[in-house]
Amino acid sequence: MSNFRMDLLVCGGTGCQSTDSFELAEKLNAEIKAAKLQDEVRVVLTGCFGFCEQGPIVKVMPDNIFYVRVSPDQAALLVKEHIQKGRVVQELLYEEPETKQKLDEQSDMPFYKKQNRIALKNCGLIDPENINEYIAVDGYQALGKVLTTMSPAEVIEEIKKSGLRGRGGGGFPTGLKWEYTKKSDADIKFIICNADEGDPGAFMDRSILEGDPHSVIEAMAIAGYAIGAQKGYVYIRAEYPLAIHRLKIAVEQAYELGLLGKNILGTDFGFDIYLKYGAGAFVCGEETALINSLEGGRGEPTVKPPFPAEIGLWKKPTSINNVETFANICPIILNGADWFKSIGTEKSAGTKVFALAGKINNVGLVEVPMGTTLREIIFDLGGGIKDDRKFKAVQTGGPSGGCIPEQYLDTHIDYDTLGEIGSMMGSGGMIVMDEDNCMVNIAKFYLEFTVDESCGRCTACRVGNKRLLEILTHITEGEAEMETLERLKDLSQIIKDSSLCGLGQTSPNPILSTMKYFWDEYVAHVKNKNCPAGVCTKLLKYHIDPEKCKGCTLCAKACPAGIISGKVKEAHVIDKEACIKCGACEKICKFGAVLRK
Amino acid sequence: MAKNMSEYKVDTEKLHKLGDYMDSLERGEGELINILREAQEIFGYLPQDVQLFIARKMGIPAAKVFGVATFYSFFTMEPRGKHVISVCMGTACFVKAADKVLDEFRSRLKIVNGNTSEDGMYTVDTVRCIGACGLAPVILVNGKVYGRVKPEDVATILEDIETDENMHSEVGLQQ
Repeated sequence: MSNFRMDLLVCGGTGCQSTDSFELAEKLNAEIKAAKLQDEVRVVLTGCFGFCEQGPIVKVMPDNIFYVRVSPDQAALLVKEHIQKGRVVQELLYEEPETKQKLDEQSDMPFYKKQNRIALKNCGLIDPENINEYIAVDGYQALGKVLTTMSPAEVIEEIKKSGLRGRGGGGFPTGLKWEYTKKSDADIKFIICNADEGDPGAFMDRSILEGDPHSVIEAMAIAGYAIGAQKGYVYIRAEYPLAIHRLKIAVEQAYELGLLGKNILGTDFGFDIYLKYGAGAFVCGEETALINSLEGGRGEPTVKPPFPAEIGLWKKPTSINNVETFANICPIILNGADWFKSIGTEKSAGTKVFALAGKINNVGLVEVPMGTTLREIIFDLGGGIKDDRKFKAVQTGGPSGGCIPEQYLDTHIDYDTLGEIGSMMGSGGMIVMDEDNCMVNIAKFYLEFTVDESCGRCTACRVGNKRLLEILTHITEGEAEMETLERLKDLSQIIKDSSLCGLGQTSPNPILSTMKYFWDEYVAHVKNKNCPAGVCTKLLKYHIDPEKCKGCTLCAKACPAGIISGKVKEAHVIDKEACIKCGACEKICKFGAVLRK
Repeated sequence: MAKNMSEYKVDTEKLHKLGDYMDSLERGEGELINILREAQEIFGYLPQDVQLFIARKMGIPAAKVFGVATFYSFFTMEPRGKHVISVCMGTACFVKAADKVLDEFRSRLKIVNGNTSEDGMYTVDTVRCIGACGLAPVILVNGKVYGRVKPEDVATILEDIETDENMHSEVGLQQ
């Protein structure tokens, strides 16, 4: 085996993959070979670094230099300059937007400074397709410790003591869930890893599975030992092909080394893991729906109780935990519950991974201690709002959550505080919106999602959400009255009160939270027939600024309705009554003379 | 009750392939989703007769098969176009105007009803978040991810697909 003096860690997460990081890795390999350095330098495809905005990312170790936005064409430059001549390639370094300073180390970047990576600790560090790299960073030590020195009851006690709560959104204490499942008397029990990351805009589970699949496999085996299960299933979204691929490799490698299967590490304990694919249904993130789907049926939720801890998969006691929850297990076992409890807030211990997306400069994954403020996450780590626009709201919790306005930016977020301000933790998606986003339209977007994803079992959810969507459509089209808003609120409450599962109980949240914090926008749509953000097409009014118009006639030619009149070199006029609001004139105007209000 | 394969109005060879796959599995309703997945892989979609075939072979009501096939967005009962363009409709993509990109594809390909163009060449649909939010708005063209797509880029993307298509058909002729 060669001793490499240098590793080029290339991000192989889905984000960077789609900006050609695989091609980059190939080119780097070719350049290294051409320079006859293949015995000294190697290219490692790692999991996600989290800084997706700046992808593809290449980190050079041990020099600890962090290159961003490296295109495949720059592979030759990187090899020649950095590896052969030993010079840092300035043009590939990250530039701090405020100071314009080039930063070469990851830890100096504002994006990473406040992070505390526990669940993501190996993402971007190891080759996820090589079990030995995981073992080199203390992988499978937690399983060894558990199997040889701890009783199942002690494992559960440790997890309970750590205060770890379910990271999928519910926030139920993980240790308690394990304890209930352990106490249920049955010959067979199951562990399920919920990797059906359905919340649009959240991608932490995908990143963990792509970047550190063994951390989940190891934790599932530990959970199996704790509750007395010999079989585990990973229920994973079919939309995540790369995560599936890496997980399959990881499971195979674990079997080869005897870390799965019978008599793990020479003990009596055996554990098997199977992969099952979701077929695209948001509601399957709900435990009982997921179980029905795993059994091959429609993913409809059933009444709880009985909880899966009593009657779960194939009617046997089952513990269902989320990917990120599992990723926290091994560090807790190795470092102790007290260490974990020392991080975060009193009632929400540890860290949380958030997926920053939307109108924010640093899109990507961040892991911060619970209790960090929204302002720190959005403005310090996230680098603020894109194009210097004004912050309007941040949406957390996905379709079940709510929109949080500016006045709550200093909230120290954990499971409970987010609930108090009308949103929820959810799986950790954080979509930032600026002044160009219409909040009524955002609520409508979420309702479209819920209407699509409602399984149809409860009438309130099946029919009610459809009515909510119709009302919202009326509002965005200027066909609503003030009484309509009252109806919207009433119906929202009814759906919340009379639905069986989390989907229906939370589906009106995006409406209720936007009505609470952005009431003015609703009123503007209803009373003034105006969309302040300029988004709702039917309420838009186009007109041409006579000062700016040069009379080039392009808009008149582009107008499909033929309702723009004017002579060459004279200001043109739009017939507002006949305008179909298609926006063709605005698109084609070179002088910015077409205004939209 | 099992029927003769030739009684189903679909490609018999493909049906045999599906039958072999089903025989390779352990019996049980738990495999239904996997079987439908494989069937869609083989046929490109799930014609009614294929669903009937599966139901009879598994010994379960066809209603159950239909119920599952219609429940999940992954399954389709209509043939898909030769090229599949999926626009991500996750929130991150939506707030960055993915709906405008979708409209542009549909209008350029003149897709009015359903998701597939009249000539059967293109299917334009939406997908739920594929988790590449850093590149929003994101689309998938025949499975390949394109990031930061603007409505203005749509024409170029379609041209690229056509160029690829012509290249492949030329190669095909040479062979």
